[in-house]
Amino acid sequence: MSHHIVEVKDLRHVYPDGTEALRTVSFRITHGESVAIIGANGAGKSTLLLHLNGYLATSQGTIRIGDFPLTPATLPEIRRTVGMVFQDPDDQLFMPTVFDDVAFGPLNLGLTGEEVEERVQEALARVGAEHLRDKPPYRLSGGEKKRVAIATVLAMSPDILVMDEPTSGLDPFARRQLMGLLKNFRHTRIFTSHDLDMVVELCERTIVLHEGEVRADGPTLDIFRDEALLAACRLEKPFAMQGCPVCNR
Amino acid sequence: MASITGAITEFRQLDLLANGNTSVHRIDARAKVLVTLAFILAVVSFGKYELAALFPFFLYPAVIMALGNLPVRHIARKILVVLPFALMVGMFNPLFDQTVLIRLGPLAVSGGWLSLASIMVRATLTVGAALILVAVTGFPAICHALDQLGMPRIFTVQLLFLHRYLFVLTEEGGRTARARELRAFGKKGLGWRSYGSLLSQLLLRTWLRAERIHLAMLARGFTGEFHPRRTTRFGTRDFLFLAGWSGLFLFFRLVNVSQLLGTIVTGGRG
Repeated sequence: MSHHIVEVKDLRHVYPDGTEALRTVSFRITHGESVAIIGANGAGKSTLLLHLNGYLATSQGTIRIGDFPLTPATLPEIRRTVGMVFQDPDDQLFMPTVFDDVAFGPLNLGLTGEEVEERVQEALARVGAEHLRDKPPYRLSGGEKKRVAIATVLAMSPDILVMDEPTSGLDPFARRQLMGLLKNFRHTRIFTSHDLDMVVELCERTIVLHEGEVRADGPTLDIFRDEALLAACRLEKPFAMQGCPVCNR
Repeated sequence: MASITGAITEFRQLDLLANGNTSVHRIDARAKVLVTLAFILAVVSFGKYELAALFPFFLYPAVIMALGNLPVRHIARKILVVLPFALMVGMFNPLFDQTVLIRLGPLAVSGGWLSLASIMVRATLTVGAALILVAVTGFPAICHALDQLGMPRIFTVQLLFLHRYLFVLTEEGGRTARARELRAFGKKGLGWRSYGSLLSQLLLRTWLRAERIHLAMLARGFTGEFHPRRTTRFGTRDFLFLAGWSGLFLFFRLVNVSQLLGTIVTGGRG
């Protein structure tokens, strides 16, 4: 199943204003892995994500998604393979109703009638949002919006899920619910997040970006035990790995 | 800005009314759009001094509001918001046009007053009809109907986006305005200049959001083509609705029903 592989080699990106957001980033993510990309603000996480489905063009270096190198010709196929969930669900939900929104992707893939209906139903069921199907997006709560946004991507049956800050802005219950959902996915998953406790729970592997470079890449627990590394990259241990604030142990 | 947020909340409520399930709500959106169009055309096509012949047209909004279970006061309040604009249009008519057209005993009514009254009645009727259309159909369904009726898709899509992001934009604008107000300490702040930069901020943010939305669309395989999903059926009931109302409007347009009634009541002496 080589089509679930993400390979980034010597990726460099310079914005038109001269800011060098990424310099020589390389990693390889294989089938079914769940990987967190963490780093301080401005470390280059968002820029990196925008490369993964070809929204930004590389200044240097290559990206391979599955069997294809990322080029303008393979772009449509790659965008189907890589499902991207953005940080602000309001950007992702632009159609009049939840149903229309989830159907947007499948319709663009050329599906029709019952197939679309099926896909939408399945995707909504997957995130527990069937009851929302006829609602307009602006009437949903934050947690509901997030789940529907995930459904819009699932409806395209992607092999790889890329999510920018999945838990930001959610209340503890909605966050827990979402994490339960993400845990059960079998896709190759790539998250960026500042929610390090989520990272500990969901990702077995973590890539630390610092000033546009990969500073560390390894098992999540090892990375969070390396205090010198965390301090250098403006990070800290997840709360779950810190001492108890009451008894100090 | 607060009042704009208020207006949007009201607009949302109007949209919510469209979720009803009455006989009017179930009529095909195309039929309702066309009937509304026929209604507006009939109303605006009268001569500028015409007043009496307009009154029969109140039958349509009255019937639809009753059948559609719409809150009359709610709709009336919204029409009131628009009426000042109509008043502005006709405000000077009584000054310029002082030819006396009607005498009611000692009271002489000039053409100017008559045309002003006519403008106000027409505004009430047409704005009312448009609001009622939204309330019994819903904005997305109207866009879809326009699309099916042959309006270029780029316009319907534009309207849909407008409707979707109106709420997001006003919320953002409302928040920015509140932030400004809270730091103006009851004074005028920096006056107009602060509004200038506030608006430019809003424009830039809108721009960035538009880019992110486009990105989200591309990520889901958007290639510039919108695919309509629903296929609605235009049934006999819809046809009867369309033909019935349009016929009635035509009749009201050609025959002055108010005068006719007057003639009947007063025994033919007008």
